[in-house]
Amino acid sequence: MKIHNSILFHSTISSNNKQKNNYTVAIAGNPNVGKSTIFNALTGARQHTGNWTGKTVSNATGTFFYNNNKFVLVDIPGTYSLTSNSDEEQIAKNYLESNKADVTIIVLDATTLERNLYLVFQILEITSNVILCVNLLDEAEKKGIKININKLSESLGIPVVSTIAKKKKTLKKLVSTINDVCTKKIIITPFKSDFRNTETVKIENYIFKAETLCKDVCSFNKLNYDSFNRKVDKVLTSKKFGIPIMLLFLCLIFWLTIVGANYPSQLLSNFFDFLGTYLQNFLNYISIPNWIKDLLMNGIYKTLTWVIAVMLPPMAIFFPLFTLLEDLGYLPRISFNLDKCFHKACSSGKQAITMCMGFGCNAVGVCGCRIINSPREKLLAILTNSFIPCNGRFPFLISVATLFVGCYFSGIGSSFVSCLFVVLIVLLGIFLTLFISKVLSKTILKGTNSSFILELPSYRKPQLVQILTRSFLDRTIFILGRAISVAAPAGIVIWLFANIYIGDLSILTYTANFLNPFAQIMGLDGYILTAFILGLPANEIVFPLILMSYASKGYLVDSTDILNLKELLVSNGWTFITALNVMIFTLLHFPCATTLLTIKKETKSKKWTFFAFLLPTVCGITICIFTNLIWNLIF
Amino acid sequence: MNNNITLDKLPLNCSGIITNIRCDDITKRRIADLGLIPGSKIHAIMKSPFNDPTAFNFKKTVIALRQEDTKNIYINLIKENNYENP
Repeated sequence: MKIHNSILFHSTISSNNKQKNNYTVAIAGNPNVGKSTIFNALTGARQHTGNWTGKTVSNATGTFFYNNNKFVLVDIPGTYSLTSNSDEEQIAKNYLESNKADVTIIVLDATTLERNLYLVFQILEITSNVILCVNLLDEAEKKGIKININKLSESLGIPVVSTIAKKKKTLKKLVSTINDVCTKKIIITPFKSDFRNTETVKIENYIFKAETLCKDVCSFNKLNYDSFNRKVDKVLTSKKFGIPIMLLFLCLIFWLTIVGANYPSQLLSNFFDFLGTYLQNFLNYISIPNWIKDLLMNGIYKTLTWVIAVMLPPMAIFFPLFTLLEDLGYLPRISFNLDKCFHKACSSGKQAITMCMGFGCNAVGVCGCRIINSPREKLLAILTNSFIPCNGRFPFLISVATLFVGCYFSGIGSSFVSCLFVVLIVLLGIFLTLFISKVLSKTILKGTNSSFILELPSYRKPQLVQILTRSFLDRTIFILGRAISVAAPAGIVIWLFANIYIGDLSILTYTANFLNPFAQIMGLDGYILTAFILGLPANEIVFPLILMSYASKGYLVDSTDILNLKELLVSNGWTFITALNVMIFTLLHFPCATTLLTIKKETKSKKWTFFAFLLPTVCGITICIFTNLIWNLIF
Repeated sequence: MNNNITLDKLPLNCSGIITNIRCDDITKRRIADLGLIPGSKIHAIMKSPFNDPTAFNFKKTVIALRQEDTKNIYINLIKENNYENP
């Protein structure tokens, strides 16, 4: 094998660089090397980043300007190679082969340079206009790894820049190089490899070539460079502590959410009450028909503010905490710890990661299933994702647990017991995920396990400020926005349901009465079931809808005052078993409309979407009937 | 003495050199994409709480593999116990 060591890339100076031009720049690279971080830093966008493999699952685009030129940046999913047939590799390969990009930046992880080089060789066979961006230099330095950037550039015949993506100023050189290549100031003539052999021999050639090159340009000064990671992993994945620590993290996150959300929720609700009286006065002042006033205040305003007061605080606490774990690199460890369970259930260990994402939002979890290579295992992960309660359902679970379980204890014990109860419900969800995966694998989705290859990245120090802004602005506000946009029309619908009378009864009562016999078998009542059905667009509004139906006049009762809520629920026949069944049905019912649409997009099949609708619903109904039966037999 | 074993028999904190990979083509391909081919050095680091999968260190990266796959990968055990990164 020859590695040429002759001329660098030729430089020519173009004269007309003042003209405004459009250029397309692609960002490729291995998974989890910081492509999205660079993308975000350059474009100011907020692509999802985190320390695990496979976050970016479709091409994202953004723009930035430099020297009067406009650059369109395309973030391509991370791949180890371009030759296997997984979805993200196809996306990456198709894009690069389409020649849409004027220049392709390949981001490399400085700590694992050798492995990263295989992809470089493969991309160089498709396109010549390539800039290497050696990222994570700070981490490499900590590990005692030194890389001779100039030598790397000389050996490959392409420009190489080094960056620390977290620090924006280190990206300057990258930007000017992109500009120079696009404006033909730099013309790249890489040394093409001349392998025309079969695929397998080719990859072996790449591996040898990378090894030689890496020996040439890298120096390693620390033998035990990742002893810190190994030490942490020894604890977090140990036989004794691995699983308990995971449960502890889960408990801790819920407990912080429950305790922390309580006070701000109350504050928000008081604020909205206060604002409400002013709005009411204003509406009285601009004399409009009473029914419109009622619709606006008791229909829309109450539902909206209730959703915000109940949803915002838990989300604003839960999401940053979850993002923190994600940034540290804990998610792949969860997958590593639990893989055996998923293996037994004939599914992929990576399902543990998509399951964790489901805690945030099931639609995101379903989308994330693309990281699973085998189509069969991917489908299993998609179908079972809604067994994990998303953030839209947490506040409901937490409220009900606090009202009907925590009430038997006082002080800090109360929040602790409520939290334990929520964890139990979540564990039921995880158990069912595994159980249903197993059942499906033995029946309609027969098949054997595909190989499981999971990278365990080094732990990274999380960027606290970024976590806060990102998780708050991107996730919290986004999901809240969705909830609000659904809550307003839902408020109107429930108001109309409650206020349009046929004979003596409102439509709401008719519907509830119709559903009631069936709901009673499940240990629920007709109003609860109606609320779940009306809450199909977004799970967040189910609880407000239940409360609204109960409140005598057909609109939401005053405030989120815990005691008042309990009185209202108890006076409508709620007992511990009602609460338990409501919690089970909250965990196990049809996914929300957004999730269903995502499932349809991912599976490209109406049949599977319908199945994904049916599966948790049937489970929920069965388990509710079962618990109700047992309870009634005992008590 | 026969040092030729399958990868799942590689004791923790020990290293081996891959001699043969007898997985199906797709798996072989995926493993090769990570830089694991006959001749590569591999080091066993840790096992998951339920004993499977095992995490291995090679090419400065840590990758977890299931026993199902590692039992089809043949290695030559290297006699050394000191921790050295392959």
